[in-house]
Amino acid sequence: MTTDAPPAARPRSNPRGERAGQHGPVLWMALPALAVFLCFAVLPLIGVFALSFTRWDGLGPIHLAGIGNWRSVFSDSDLLHSLWVTFEVMLYSWLVQTPISILLGVFMASQHRYRAVLAVFYFIPLLLSAAAIAVTFKALLDPNFGLGPGLHSSLLTQNWLGEPALAMGVIIFIVSWQFIPFHSLIYQGAVRQIPQALYEAAALDGAGRMRTFLSITLPQLKYTIITSSTLMVVGSLTFFDLIFVLTAGGPGDSTRVLALDMYRRGFGANQMGPASVIAVILVIVGLAIALGLRRLGGDADESQLEGI
Amino acid sequence: MEPMNASRRNFLRLVGLGVPVSVALAACGGSPTKTGAGGSSGGGKGVATYWTLSGKPQEDIRNDTVARFNQANPKSKIDVTLFANDAYKQKVKTAIGAGEGPTLIWGWGGGGLKSYVEADQVMDLTGWFDDNPDLKEKRFPSTFEAATVNGKLYALPIETVTPIVLYWNKKLFDQVGAEPPQSWGDIMDLVPKFNAKGIAPFSLAGQSLWTNMMWLEFLFDRIGGPDVFGNVFDGQKGAWSNPAALKALGDAQTLVKADGFQKGFQSTVADQNADQALLFTGKAAMMVHGAWTYGSMKADGGDFVTGGNLGYMNFPPVDGGAGDASATVGNPGQYVSISSKASSEAVDAAKKMLTTTMLDDTEVKKWVDSGNIPVVKSAGDLISGVSDENDKPWLQYVYDTSSKASVFAQSWDQALPPSQATPLLDNIGKLFQLSISPQQFADNMNKTIGT
Repeated sequence: MTTDAPPAARPRSNPRGERAGQHGPVLWMALPALAVFLCFAVLPLIGVFALSFTRWDGLGPIHLAGIGNWRSVFSDSDLLHSLWVTFEVMLYSWLVQTPISILLGVFMASQHRYRAVLAVFYFIPLLLSAAAIAVTFKALLDPNFGLGPGLHSSLLTQNWLGEPALAMGVIIFIVSWQFIPFHSLIYQGAVRQIPQALYEAAALDGAGRMRTFLSITLPQLKYTIITSSTLMVVGSLTFFDLIFVLTAGGPGDSTRVLALDMYRRGFGANQMGPASVIAVILVIVGLAIALGLRRLGGDADESQLEGI
Repeated sequence: MEPMNASRRNFLRLVGLGVPVSVALAACGGSPTKTGAGGSSGGGKGVATYWTLSGKPQEDIRNDTVARFNQANPKSKIDVTLFANDAYKQKVKTAIGAGEGPTLIWGWGGGGLKSYVEADQVMDLTGWFDDNPDLKEKRFPSTFEAATVNGKLYALPIETVTPIVLYWNKKLFDQVGAEPPQSWGDIMDLVPKFNAKGIAPFSLAGQSLWTNMMWLEFLFDRIGGPDVFGNVFDGQKGAWSNPAALKALGDAQTLVKADGFQKGFQSTVADQNADQALLFTGKAAMMVHGAWTYGSMKADGGDFVTGGNLGYMNFPPVDGGAGDASATVGNPGQYVSISSKASSEAVDAAKKMLTTTMLDDTEVKKWVDSGNIPVVKSAGDLISGVSDENDKPWLQYVYDTSSKASVFAQSWDQALPPSQATPLLDNIGKLFQLSISPQQFADNMNKTIGT
């Protein structure tokens, strides 16, 4: 196993590499990415921030509105509701995805051919677009024409997308089904990086499977868990396509996440000002959570392989 | 190691194939279909563009009209792009705002048109109508109301007049031994009868929301008369708290609580015609829906329409209500406006199509043959020439309902400006979900008046 992880080239041991790597070329190579980021992320962000202080119906001229939009959005119970729904989606999808992804990742990490074959199958949902997935599940879950009535199974014939709690459950299920393969892959890579020596030492000490998993694998995966969680949590802030096609935020407003609320205000009611306020809130919440999760990881330079 | 590598490469190739395929599949679901309108012309070559709705049989007639125009005018061709109904409403608004809109804008008139007029996005056609008096002469006068903003005409009424109809499945009524409802009380009596047989009393595409709205439109009218919504439309303060409105909202919830709609109606979508399928497959006994669904039920429903199993009637009166039972709601017509941002060449082509080909005798006949009453006066005379024994009484029914209606009210979400229509649909969703009371509905909606 140790051959799988070639010793990382430490910059300090190679002064030439350091000089070549730290200066001119790096900046130069980052330029294209930086330009794209400026054009498609920072500029629109500034635009949206500016729009949040205006009144605009998307058709006519733009009028300044001061903090009126902010006041009206914050005094609107719809915002709190959407925030809560977004938080629910975030929390539940994290709670479901993380343990399953870790277990699948550990399972796939061992070098057995049948596991590699299974891994290919796990990967399939990731190749499908969210809209296609939503259309398919909507058809399967239809209480009148779907899978349940087709198989004459009363257990499967539920009002899946018409009951608030069930609809939320279905969304969490589909999100997990779609993204667990991706996160398993991350964990699989991380597990393969754990030095075999640790496991050998544990085995000598008489540690069982469970003990090894809890005391070696999990702690060694700490940074991977943080990375994967950041992707999950920040990603769940932006779920739109799946929910839009599947429930359109319904029934009522029970699955209306922030992104849907933004769309409804902006493109449904032609109120770009309040929609921009929600967009800014989304950005702030996303940044705050991503930073918070980084903090959780503590000092990123701290080594997990001390003494090896 | 050699064979292993080869198979891995094959796998990668498969993955590489899989991605574009799935993207292509998704593209089929969501994006509009661009047709060359006649095939030979090809997309993107015309001088003007026309955006309208997909869905059979209407899209064939729309395509045909443009194709005939293009054939007659090879130098000023028009490109037509078709969109699904629910997606179109947002798409066209956004495109117009971004300056990417079409030359000819298809719509429903009313509040949506008003928002274009206020943003100076559509041409004032009043003078053009004066120059072409026959355009106005040949159409039903009632269709022009929703095309008028501040006394000026901004759109040409086209296509068909489509009142909302109460459809019923004759087979299921025979099976249960029931008669079609003559009053709201009858409706409530029929609900347990059908439920006891495992048949949904009504089919409703509840996720689309405007479908639920049609119920409220009728209940408001039958209970309180046309003024109840008229006051909302006029922007009168607190208009939604009218006692008749509160009673209508309460009645709608009573029907939901009594399981008046199919299981899972909250997640049924109108764009996929699942609500119509429930009616013609015998899973639901009745459906309140637009006259435009007749054609698709005839096409998709096997022998449902052709076998004479489709019954239809105007929404029955509510006992003790102030409304007139002849009044109806729906779309008095569809509308087409010309973008004020279009080039003069495009405008010329567009105007030429509207005066020469749009709703000419050929198109009028096609609409009648497809089971629709076009918005022209000559339509009434064509009914007697229809040979189909099911279409003939249907066309007569639609013609009579529309022409004899004491009031033909425009659909609420089209009559109101988007800033009120969106919260309206939102609150209708919650009302049918039983998560808000009629009083809360009225309070929420009163806040939007004047926005």
